Amino acid sequence: MMDRRKSIQTMILGAGASALAFHGCKTEGGEAAAPETVATTDKKYYGRTPQEAERDAKLREEQLFNEHEMETIAVLSTVILPPKEPHGGPLEADVPEFIEFIGKDMPQMQNTLLGGLMWLDHKSNTDYEVEFKSASLEQQKEILDQICNQDMEVSLDDQPLEIQFFALMRNLVVTGYYTSKVGIADLGYKGNSPNVWDGVPDDVLKKHGVEYDPEWIAKCVDQSKRNEIAVWDEEGNLLT
Amino acid sequence: MQIKESSEVYDVIIVGSGAGGGMATKQLADAGYNVAVVEAGPFFDPADPQTMTQLKWPYESPRRGAGTTRAFGEWDQSWGDWQVDGEPYTHEEGTTFKWWRARMLGGRTNHWGRISLRFGPKDFKGKTRDGHGEDWPIGYDDVKPYYDKVDKLIGVFGTNEGRENDPDGFFLPPPKPRLHELFYIKGAKKSGIPVIPGRLSMLTKRINNERGVCFYCGQCGRSCQVYADFSAGSCLIFPAQKSGGRVKLFVNSMVREITTNEEGKATGVSYISKDDRKEYKLKGKVVVLAASACSSARILLNSKSKQHPNGLGNSSDLVGKYLHDSTGSSGAAFVPDLMNRDVTYNEDGVGGMHVYSPWWGDHSKLDFPRGYHIEVWGGMSQPNYGFGFDQDNFNKLLGLPTGGYGDKLRDEVKRYYGAVIGFGGRGEGLARKENYCEIDETTVDDYGIPVLKFNYKWSDIEVRQAKHMQDTFEEITHNMGGTYLNKPGKDRDYGLHAPGEIIHEVGTTRMGNDPKTSVTNKFNQLHDVDNVFIVDAGPFVSQADKNCTWTILALSWRASDYIIEQLKQQNI
Repeated sequence: MMDRRKSIQTMILGAGASALAFHGCKTEGGEAAAPETVATTDKKYYGRTPQEAERDAKLREEQLFNEHEMETIAVLSTVILPPKEPHGGPLEADVPEFIEFIGKDMPQMQNTLLGGLMWLDHKSNTDYEVEFKSASLEQQKEILDQICNQDMEVSLDDQPLEIQFFALMRNLVVTGYYTSKVGIADLGYKGNSPNVWDGVPDDVLKKHGVEYDPEWIAKCVDQSKRNEIAVWDEEGNLLT
Repeated sequence: MQIKESSEVYDVIIVGSGAGGGMATKQLADAGYNVAVVEAGPFFDPADPQTMTQLKWPYESPRRGAGTTRAFGEWDQSWGDWQVDGEPYTHEEGTTFKWWRARMLGGRTNHWGRISLRFGPKDFKGKTRDGHGEDWPIGYDDVKPYYDKVDKLIGVFGTNEGRENDPDGFFLPPPKPRLHELFYIKGAKKSGIPVIPGRLSMLTKRINNERGVCFYCGQCGRSCQVYADFSAGSCLIFPAQKSGGRVKLFVNSMVREITTNEEGKATGVSYISKDDRKEYKLKGKVVVLAASACSSARILLNSKSKQHPNGLGNSSDLVGKYLHDSTGSSGAAFVPDLMNRDVTYNEDGVGGMHVYSPWWGDHSKLDFPRGYHIEVWGGMSQPNYGFGFDQDNFNKLLGLPTGGYGDKLRDEVKRYYGAVIGFGGRGEGLARKENYCEIDETTVDDYGIPVLKFNYKWSDIEVRQAKHMQDTFEEITHNMGGTYLNKPGKDRDYGLHAPGEIIHEVGTTRMGNDPKTSVTNKFNQLHDVDNVFIVDAGPFVSQADKNCTWTILALSWRASDYIIEQLKQQNI
């Protein structure tokens, strides 16, 4: 006999059982969710498997940067991408927290990040006798101006650490900002929400000098009939 | 430890729950048979809010969508990629193969590109056409009725174009092209390359009252919560259960081998439960392997017995041989006319291309025998980790100053957003006996099962095809007034992806009429053991310049009809 007690987690009875019942994920009415074109997303989760969730929880508990380094990252990111109304800047986008996490998530970056932060303070102390985060904006820019132009003809890996550090930080600041709520608002991205696609607006077509081929468009979906069940004739011509 | 054996005897045991296993489950359960489905990964339902990634924003995750634990980004709905924890594989020195596995109910169908192309008449008769490889024992006319049924059951958008080797079907209407796709159409047509509406299995129109209609989030790779795209769980297995079918799912259950009796017939399977790490046995009258081409070959080769000393179904010594993936070479173009996009509208569209180029070439004028199709990507898509990286590459192309920081970074992001078009050439590689997987006796996975060792090399033929892809992408780019980015040359085999990277592996248990030169007959039945069938892509004699899923579905349905007939006639 199969061990039924042990295998209850592995066996799902098909007949009469809802697939969702396995997880005990019921909607408030107690009914298992039926598929219908009402899209939802539950803010409590971001879709991790148990193993991934465990890994993330562990990473969150670890600390990569000390307080001073986090403050330096905050200052540096704001110089790289100054805040601008109405969508703020790196701090409103949680860029320092993002860089802290991604440095733990991708440990191959750690040496460049930690070493680069040390370089910044060393340089600032040498030139101005003050840590980078406390230097004046003018002084900070004078330092960054010396490392913000990588040689486009040479592989980044073959350039000095401080050049690599700045290139990495600039990438992380830009990506961190534009993947945040405020950054996406600044970009103006309109997607990630249920909608009905019915082609590029006319003025956009005009602006870019292209147009739709009427023959092509005639074959495309008539969105007013999207909820009518498809029926074909024997030759495959859609009738509905 | 004693192996725990079930007393129940199933009519059919199906190993794997992806396209092939899902379809067999649906057909055999609908026919009234008592079916056990054994899946190596956990249960998965695209509608489960805990595991759902659809409609997530990048900022809902601390890594902003990065692909640290999932090769295609953290929203991609595949649990496992080319690496699976605890399930290694090995290589013959000097060869390479990357083996993708999705450990979850529905397998890779939860994240796949949904590009759903029928093989054409020429694709079943490669040897007759050009002398390479082998002909299939069946032709397009044998499969056409099943392609038709698959179109209607599952739903695929596209258009009837009357093309000789890209057969018409029962299509839902396609979505209108996006802006970058209009540029692609213009650029390709200037070079005489055909472009037609994409053919993807997403519901642009309702096909029944159980599944929803596409709401254009562009995220089919995340698996659709309203079941508006094809995944084997939501579209085949759940419906089979809901209509009252006897379907028992065994998840987290890694099949080790097929068990056999004194006569050499299959009696069921043994599997390891990943939950308690114990071995179990299931009994069945028929065993259907649908574990994926390489996993099914592995199970057969590991199923050694007195009656089958070389592994089950392997009297031909061909199990694992003729392994082949689609070829692929990719590229991207920077198109200045697509700069400074108007962001006032949502152009996510469906999760894939609205247009594509089917193969157009004349092989009498080319130095490679088999074709490819071109997939297109681009547009104003959701920013995720990596967005806005290395904008200096574009500055440099435009002769603008590179480097720096400040407000200029915002201007750059907006200037270049949506200005890149990508190309994916996906073609047919030749099936060769010399490319194979076999059992590596020196290595086992975490469940004690001997693993696969791969031995795969591309030939010059595939490299020449990749060169043609690159030259074509470059030409189309110039036609669009763009700059082709980072063209790979001979030193990089023209960007030819490593075997396995296109994730269309087929051919390890090929079908044929002669038991000496094939593993299954033309109904996917083992020549050596008549109650074992293989309904994944293992029985493919050759790839085509298409994707394999629609043909897996059609052949699994066809094999299921044959199983039903044989069971009724008490032949098996």
